[in-house]
Amino acid sequence: MTWQEKREERFKRWLSPNVKFATPEAEKLYKERLTRFIKAIKMEKPDRVPVQIPGGSFPAHYSGTTLRTLMYDYDALKKAWMKFIRDFDMDLYDSAGLIFSGRVYEILDYRLYQWPGHGLPSDVSMHQFVEDEYMKADEYDAFIKDPLDFSFRYFLPRTWGTLAPLGHLPRFDATLGLPFQLLSICSNPDFQPVFKAMREAGQELEKWQVVVGECGQLALETGCPSAAGGMALAPFDTFADIFRGTRGIAMDIYRQPDKLLEALEIVTPRSVESAVTAADFAGCPMVFIPLHKGADNFMSSQQYEKFYWPTFRKLLLGIINEGCVPIMVADGSYNDRLEVIKDLPRASVIWIFEQTDMAKAKEILGDSACIGGNVTAAQLYTNTPQAIKEYCRWLIEVCGKGGGYILTLGSSVDRCDPENLQAVIGAAKEYGVYK
Amino acid sequence: MPKDFVNLLADLKEEEVIKLTTQRLEAGDEALTILEDSRKAMELVGDRFAKGQYFIPELVYSGELLKQITELVKPHLAQSGETKRLGKVVIGTVAGDIHDIGLNIVDFMLDVNGFEVYNLGVDVPAEKFVEKMKETSAPVLGLSGFLTLAFDAMKDTVEALEAAGIRGKMKIMIGGGQMDDEIVKYAKADAYGGDAMAAVSLAKKWIGAK
Repeated sequence: MTWQEKREERFKRWLSPNVKFATPEAEKLYKERLTRFIKAIKMEKPDRVPVQIPGGSFPAHYSGTTLRTLMYDYDALKKAWMKFIRDFDMDLYDSAGLIFSGRVYEILDYRLYQWPGHGLPSDVSMHQFVEDEYMKADEYDAFIKDPLDFSFRYFLPRTWGTLAPLGHLPRFDATLGLPFQLLSICSNPDFQPVFKAMREAGQELEKWQVVVGECGQLALETGCPSAAGGMALAPFDTFADIFRGTRGIAMDIYRQPDKLLEALEIVTPRSVESAVTAADFAGCPMVFIPLHKGADNFMSSQQYEKFYWPTFRKLLLGIINEGCVPIMVADGSYNDRLEVIKDLPRASVIWIFEQTDMAKAKEILGDSACIGGNVTAAQLYTNTPQAIKEYCRWLIEVCGKGGGYILTLGSSVDRCDPENLQAVIGAAKEYGVYK
Repeated sequence: MPKDFVNLLADLKEEEVIKLTTQRLEAGDEALTILEDSRKAMELVGDRFAKGQYFIPELVYSGELLKQITELVKPHLAQSGETKRLGKVVIGTVAGDIHDIGLNIVDFMLDVNGFEVYNLGVDVPAEKFVEKMKETSAPVLGLSGFLTLAFDAMKDTVEALEAAGIRGKMKIMIGGGQMDDEIVKYAKADAYGGDAMAAVSLAKKWIGAK
């Protein structure tokens, strides 16, 4: 099968979810909304411009509670999420699973984030990423030799405090032909707390999953398509964001570029596989890819073309070839990248931009890819609904021309006047109808 | 030789510039002269950054090289190594926000451009900014914030300075991920800077340095 044929299969499955719709109208609404979205992906003209509001932690604010409450009280999460879905008439919805369980984080002592009440004031509306060298400068060889071993014995023990004893494990290949080697872990007293915490985390996670599953089910039944498929990181961001951090990656670009390039190649097919597996499981072909350190002001065009784009492109092609749809959210501006990222099969991806010049994006990508985004958090926070609606009208007029456009935000939003989000939706309905 | 040194550092030639530093020290070059050359090189780095020839990796890497050179030179420094400074700038990431990458780059660029920088770090409460501005009488304050929650924290900080009656004695610049001119108005600051060199230009303009 070609990638388009594979994708059609996936679209069909997405359009016919395994669910009993509440009413025939709900079913009709579901198909209308999703068809609108799918047509935009395929660069065709839908009946009107599809609109989406990324959830972020806005549902907490909107239901008069805090992000912390939703992270710890799953019933509150369900209530807030359903209210958000009910009150905002969008074409595609984020899963409540975006708000992860604070309890699971705590049980396993998650180190990658700080969240409300855990390193941050209880009432803040976001969690924050803790940048560090979770991979040391001299560990590229270990990664290149055996990424799985690196993950188990180096990366995971540093990101989950409770799993620290994994760092003292012998290499897993000790078990090759000698399966008994594994059992030596079980008798090691260091590992008893690991097993106990994993069990506890598993039980807690299940409670959270049940509620998130119920939210998804309820949303579907009432005709709301979900955007939750797989997720991936651009290979460079895997290293620059997570493994090495800003300082570490800057050093590597200068001190060990060849090792970095080799490691990027190694992680790429693995990221494709895990993203596609997750999309299979979810029954939704979307693969969400947040983009960070390839933005205009992070690196030069030469660096982008040497370190960022080649493996990122391979990742995208790998995902596309399985019939999935990468949806990128490019933080910052991507003006200098537009000519480069054009080099993909036509109508195979979605680019959501934050601060990129949207007229330029349409001009350069208009024939090749679906675009969207750009209503910024700052605008939503400070402008009036009228101003937001006017801005969206401009976006629709410039970017919506001929189809291949989704009206959405440049990033998720944590707090703003709800009327500003209604103004975005209203603009799609009022100005986005294709004749 | 100094010109070579300046270019080697500005061109980020790690091995060569470190080797040359050692050679200069062995040949009896003044530690202060080497530091002055380093400052010239960092000015070139800043220029190239402003012109879009250098980016974050180059700023970080040049900072690392400068650190190595300073370490080598330090033991040779006479005690009275006080250099002339353009003026004071207080910076910090506002309350509730713990991002420090941009903040530290701004710190570094202000420092190598001759400012006396007071970096209050991250998650800085409004009162702490007020206290430091009173203590230092710095004419420039830089507020950093990456998240949307920083919008209000910036506004609160500016209002705390107003309440303390010292808002008029300073210019306030803001920067970071989601900031823009809208937030300047919202937070009642004076200007937005899109990158570390913008912070340097604003500080120079306000302090009246060339």
